[in-house]
Amino acid sequence: MKRVFANAHVKRLFSAIAAMAVLELMTGPPGSALSPTAGFTGSFGEASSFFGLFRTQRWVVFLFIALVMFAIWTTWLTWGEQVRTATSKAMSVPRAATHTRPVRWGMVLVLLVVALLLPRLITDPFWQAAMVEQIAVYVLLALGLNVVVGFAGLLDLGFVAFYAIGAYTTAWVTGALPTAAPFGIHFNNFYAIPIAIALAMGAGIILGAPTLRLRGDYLAIVTLGFGEIITIFANNLYGITGGSQGTNTIPHFSLHVGPIKYLWGLTPVPYYYLTIVFVILFLIGFKLLEHSRVGRAWTAIREDEVAAESVGINPLKYKVMAFAIGASTAGFAGVVTASQSNTIFPSSFTLQFSINILVLVIFGGMGSITGVVLGAIVIQTGSMFLLHSPPAGYQPQDLYIYLGALLVVMMIFRPAGLVPSRRRHREIGLAEKGEGHMNEVLTGDTP
Amino acid sequence: MLEVHDAVVRYGAITALHGISFEVNQGEIVTLLGANGAGKTTTLRMLSGLHAPQSGRIMFEGQDVTTTKAHMFTTLGIGHVPEGRRIFPQMTVEENLEIGAFRRRGSYTEDMERMYETFPILKERRKQIGGNLSGGEQQMLAIGRALMGQPRLLLLDEPSMGLAPMIVDTIFRIIGEIRDSGTTVLVVEQNAAQALRLADRGYVMENGKIVFGDTASNLLTDARVRAVYLGESVES
Repeated sequence: MKRVFANAHVKRLFSAIAAMAVLELMTGPPGSALSPTAGFTGSFGEASSFFGLFRTQRWVVFLFIALVMFAIWTTWLTWGEQVRTATSKAMSVPRAATHTRPVRWGMVLVLLVVALLLPRLITDPFWQAAMVEQIAVYVLLALGLNVVVGFAGLLDLGFVAFYAIGAYTTAWVTGALPTAAPFGIHFNNFYAIPIAIALAMGAGIILGAPTLRLRGDYLAIVTLGFGEIITIFANNLYGITGGSQGTNTIPHFSLHVGPIKYLWGLTPVPYYYLTIVFVILFLIGFKLLEHSRVGRAWTAIREDEVAAESVGINPLKYKVMAFAIGASTAGFAGVVTASQSNTIFPSSFTLQFSINILVLVIFGGMGSITGVVLGAIVIQTGSMFLLHSPPAGYQPQDLYIYLGALLVVMMIFRPAGLVPSRRRHREIGLAEKGEGHMNEVLTGDTP
Repeated sequence: MLEVHDAVVRYGAITALHGISFEVNQGEIVTLLGANGAGKTTTLRMLSGLHAPQSGRIMFEGQDVTTTKAHMFTTLGIGHVPEGRRIFPQMTVEENLEIGAFRRRGSYTEDMERMYETFPILKERRKQIGGNLSGGEQQMLAIGRALMGQPRLLLLDEPSMGLAPMIVDTIFRIIGEIRDSGTTVLVVEQNAAQALRLADRGYVMENGKIVFGDTASNLLTDARVRAVYLGESVES
């Protein structure tokens, strides 16, 4: 038996079938105490269809998908090299073109115009709201987490904490919490922006300074704990945060400068423009940071902390800096969400949320600003699409199964993300030639 | 230039250095010799701030640097070529050299040119990434990176480790050139014969102590050194 599985083809075939069997059971009818085997018998009893072509039993459909998966997998392995060289040759022409300045700026301009015209093109109220709440805000969050995870190489699983701090700060300064607003004044939401950014940044420094001496997994666990602590505080400090009820009296953004009076209201489009302005500001800021002295220090720390120290980089200082910058971005995103929805609940700041942002970053390409923005747009649009017009049999809680499967597929075919950063791209290049330590990471082989 | 007084380093219950004292003078090449586990690497780690001594004192150019943090040593004028080279594998050769000048203000293009003159192979491989270089090239890059910080004292940890004899010759020749251009060098080596031929003075370490120190030529002819490190039988 062992010898059979030693054959790579057999191994792949069985992995494909096993993966599909799991997916089949997960998407099948739920079991209950009365009929515990419903999920299993459903596979053989219930009918499904090949995209409406012809109807058959569910298990046949999934077996077919497994075989297709095996075929693609095997083809990729045998002809993958040719396919990759061919695609990279074909891609090198447009890629070289994008490296010239006028083309690049032209593309930026086109994207900017598209982003500004988008609310006119998409008039469905669901999508207009989603563009603000689920896409623009998530782009911001992904950009912020990318500084921590992608640039500095620190695994932060408690990113939601800073987002919550931003949201609760907004509620506090606008007087929507049981605690009195600062100095008894109900501030305009615009004042919440600097205060929220400062508080989130402060929290980042307070958490970062003692814990960033830790590396890798240890840091991940500390940040995970911090995320939970903030949520539990929000839930239990009834007199300060309003407890599990949260608050629903946060005002909208409003502008009163001389003769100009404007109130951001229930329609999402004005919020879209407000968020887009800040997304662009953060984008420019992070792009500059990436190529600055600070950005180079982050790269050095990520690659080899001891060597970074030996050339005079203070690792703690730059790690705390990355942490604080990421935190302040999340804090700002919190302000936008809180103002736009008027409500905050502790239950929306969960670990799931942190993981979701991390998925956007990993999917898009760690360390690549373009990739992370694209990743956030693609994944969030996809999940909103599933919510808006779900295919038959899809339930909202299935979302993470599909996201998980998507990540697995990504890790096999594009481990550096949708648009890999230049440096991560090199790592993969090294690994394909069997050089560099990434090889071990990718294949799991240790020499 | 560099004086170490009675430095003790402990890792938990284990004492790695039992109070060592030595000095390095301006313009010298000094070598620390010793077998595995004698405390050579610990000494260098201590001298680059990675592990502060529990007691004792380290003076550099009249300044007490005993508790100075690791990242401040480049600013002081001490460059460190770590054991195992530790270049940044995904940065290009050029970027590796540039980051060596991280602490410096102003232009360093002239220094870059000088590095490429000293190590012509690095100029050829300028746009390649560090991880793609051979061991010898990586060692040169690590030395070049440390020199980009304009150190007055260069610490080298086992520069010959894992390299072919011909490349070791080149590396040692370059270390000589570095000294001639005015940088003091402290080199830790297992390859005693080669290190002593290059150095002005040497210290021999055993079990976390400096057993004796002398000029390199004396050490080369010393019976004890020859017996233990140069693999010759002691003639009675």
